[in-house]
Amino acid sequence: MADILYFGRLGDVAGTGAENLDIPAAITDTAALRRWLDAEKSAGGAFLKASVRLAVNSEIVVDPHPISPSDEIAFMPPVGGG
Amino acid sequence: MIILTPSPFSPSEALSTFEKEARGAGAIVSFTGLVRDRAGDADVDGLHLQAYSPMTENGIEKAAVDARQRWPLTALRIIHRIGDMGPFEPIVFVATASAHRRAAFEAADFLMDYLKTEAVFWKKELTKSGSRWIEPRAEDYSDSARWTQTDTETDRNARHK
Repeated sequence: MADILYFGRLGDVAGTGAENLDIPAAITDTAALRRWLDAEKSAGGAFLKASVRLAVNSEIVVDPHPISPSDEIAFMPPVGGG
Repeated sequence: MIILTPSPFSPSEALSTFEKEARGAGAIVSFTGLVRDRAGDADVDGLHLQAYSPMTENGIEKAAVDARQRWPLTALRIIHRIGDMGPFEPIVFVATASAHRRAAFEAADFLMDYLKTEAVFWKKELTKSGSRWIEPRAEDYSDSARWTQTDTETDRNARHK
């Protein structure tokens, strides 16, 4: 089971800020994960946007990055504070 | 020192504490960002700030190290709110100290540009008509880009060491 985190607007799209998911064995990298989740959530491409970065175990990665079932994977739309 | 806090803080107390820490500096600059009560034509009831620990803290820490490499700072403090806050509450406080004013001004400006466009936060505005996630404006990105465009020879040499 992987921990998936949805930040910012993606929390609204996913309907939760975090969840523990059983990712199908065929999904082995971040690019495939984006496509699978976008379909699962009927997100209309929200997870596919290039402006949405992924972090695997707190490290921002470039697609396609390998993922394993015990990873914490965060979907990060554009950031900004202040 | 870098602090993320879910509770309101007092910028004047923060500055007073910083002045003690920075004793001996010739220049202290502080910036306080406040929650606005208007966005476009809507009344803002509040803001919600999300962070992703420890990525958020580590990123700000790195920006602080970068600021110290670029300018001769003798002290530095960053306080950022997370969670829920209301109009007019302080959301961010940045203070820098140096021997002379230019370094303190520029470092505070640089750190604020980092916080606005690169720090790992997500910001939601709550209005009467609902809530919406706010992303940095084009001006925020162009402000931030100034620090790569205006590199001095010293900056470039320092980074190549």
